Amino acid sequence: MRPFSYQRATDPDTAVRALGAAAAANNPLTHARAQPLAGGTTLIDLMKLDVMRPAAIVDINPLASHWSAIEPKGDGVRLGALAKMSDVAAHDEIQRSYPVIANSLKLAASAQLRNMATLGGNVMQRTRCSYFRDVSYENCNKRNPGSGCAAMDGVNRMHAVLGVSDQCIATYPGDFAQALIALDATVEITGKSGARSLPFAQLHKAPGNTPDIETTLQPGELISAFFISGRWPRSVYLKARDRQSYEFALSSAAVALDVQNGTIRDARVALGGVATVPWRAREAEALLKGQRFDDGLAQRVADAAFADAKGRRHNSFKIALGKRVVARALQQAVTMEI
Amino acid sequence: MSDTPSSRQSAFDRRAFMVGAAGSALVPITARAAAEEARVPAAQDPALPVDVTLRVNGKDKRLHIDARTTVLDALRDHLKLTGSKKGCDHGQCGACTVLIDDRRVVSCLTLALAAEGQEITTIEGLATDDRLHPMQQAFIDNDAFQCGYCTPGQIMSAIACVKEGHAGSEADIREYMSGNICRCAAYPNIVAAVKQAAPEIMKG
Repeated sequence: MRPFSYQRATDPDTAVRALGAAAAANNPLTHARAQPLAGGTTLIDLMKLDVMRPAAIVDINPLASHWSAIEPKGDGVRLGALAKMSDVAAHDEIQRSYPVIANSLKLAASAQLRNMATLGGNVMQRTRCSYFRDVSYENCNKRNPGSGCAAMDGVNRMHAVLGVSDQCIATYPGDFAQALIALDATVEITGKSGARSLPFAQLHKAPGNTPDIETTLQPGELISAFFISGRWPRSVYLKARDRQSYEFALSSAAVALDVQNGTIRDARVALGGVATVPWRAREAEALLKGQRFDDGLAQRVADAAFADAKGRRHNSFKIALGKRVVARALQQAVTMEI
Repeated sequence: MSDTPSSRQSAFDRRAFMVGAAGSALVPITARAAAEEARVPAAQDPALPVDVTLRVNGKDKRLHIDARTTVLDALRDHLKLTGSKKGCDHGQCGACTVLIDDRRVVSCLTLALAAEGQEITTIEGLATDDRLHPMQQAFIDNDAFQCGYCTPGQIMSAIACVKEGHAGSEADIREYMSGNICRCAAYPNIVAAVKQAAPEIMKG
């Protein structure tokens, strides 16, 4: 690991100032000189691998007293960005009213990592693409812009089939983000020029021609909270993976439904493990609205969700698997007792 | 009572021998570091070591370390508490699991500087006088290891698993112990050990 200076932020202003001071113009967040340290489960790991090379670390954990509450707000709930994954997963009201959130967190990582990792850090975690994580490979457009992509014709079994470009097929690895994008969450952000908020769906950027730019967050900005409007008791997170526990998704689905008298009034479908960014399947949702559920509908919805999928040599199986995950998640959501 | 189990052992154990043998070669480096430290005390210079006080097993330990030092390296290399093991050093295997403020974490991804002011409990802090912690005893009773390398991490994780209320069924134990990999695959015996110790730990 390369040397860095360490600074402990005592309040949000100090943190934003310390991070902003080190930020150079036109430098994407992922390459910023100063990086915030929350749980550290991505940052310290990638610093050991020499993938991330910050010269300064700003420890934002002391801000937990400002930014870790799980609290009702309006008709919904506000989740502080420094809340630990384990605490949110175990929260009674989250389990009751937002099972898709509780389960996306519970099925991620291990008990130890969930005790460390924060919600804000979790949505900002970097891809697990093995060519990105191994600096002995020159060709990674995410790490070395313009160098090419070793995964394209390499071992790409874990890679994305949706939202891909000819520059990058790295999978967005998280689970919680799928729940957030499905529920139309809002991200609250604190930066130099004060607070702003944006739809969660606008936080991540598909790779396109600039895979090194992963989010719309600017250097010096920090996520302070997430807000979810309404309640979604009929919601599930289904995750298919190589191991039963402690593994990233091959394919996952976050599904939330509003069903009244057997008719689907509102439907949300988001996909994980198969896309370059947290993925909302809006075409699939449109097929569900106003309909009564049956297996045929589930199949049409699953087909629609993967209509634009592009498989490569080792990952085409994700298209068939992903459709089954969507159909089963819908089935579970329709039949769950609430 | 001494701080570390190794100081209770003979000076001729394997680790003491290795540390002693390597020690003579380290003298010039240590001397140079000390000279640099005297010259420039600026804590924010990334090239220089920093002062940190870690609270480990109920005792404050003052350290002068590189900012890059993880809790795991601080324990093993600077405090000679070698019970916590380095397996992958990337948060994937769980061998380095310790409790920080009573929550299980992987010490290999925790910076020592960030753990200042928190209570760190390691495998060395479990036994009281001559009595093993119930989870330690349960691992022995159930033969819950072969090579033993993952065992300190398994035991720390298992204690937290029970206290979190996640040891109610074998399925729960398997799910909530999945962050601790056992290359010898002693899993059935580990599950049995956790089941055995759980009631006694919950009793307090």
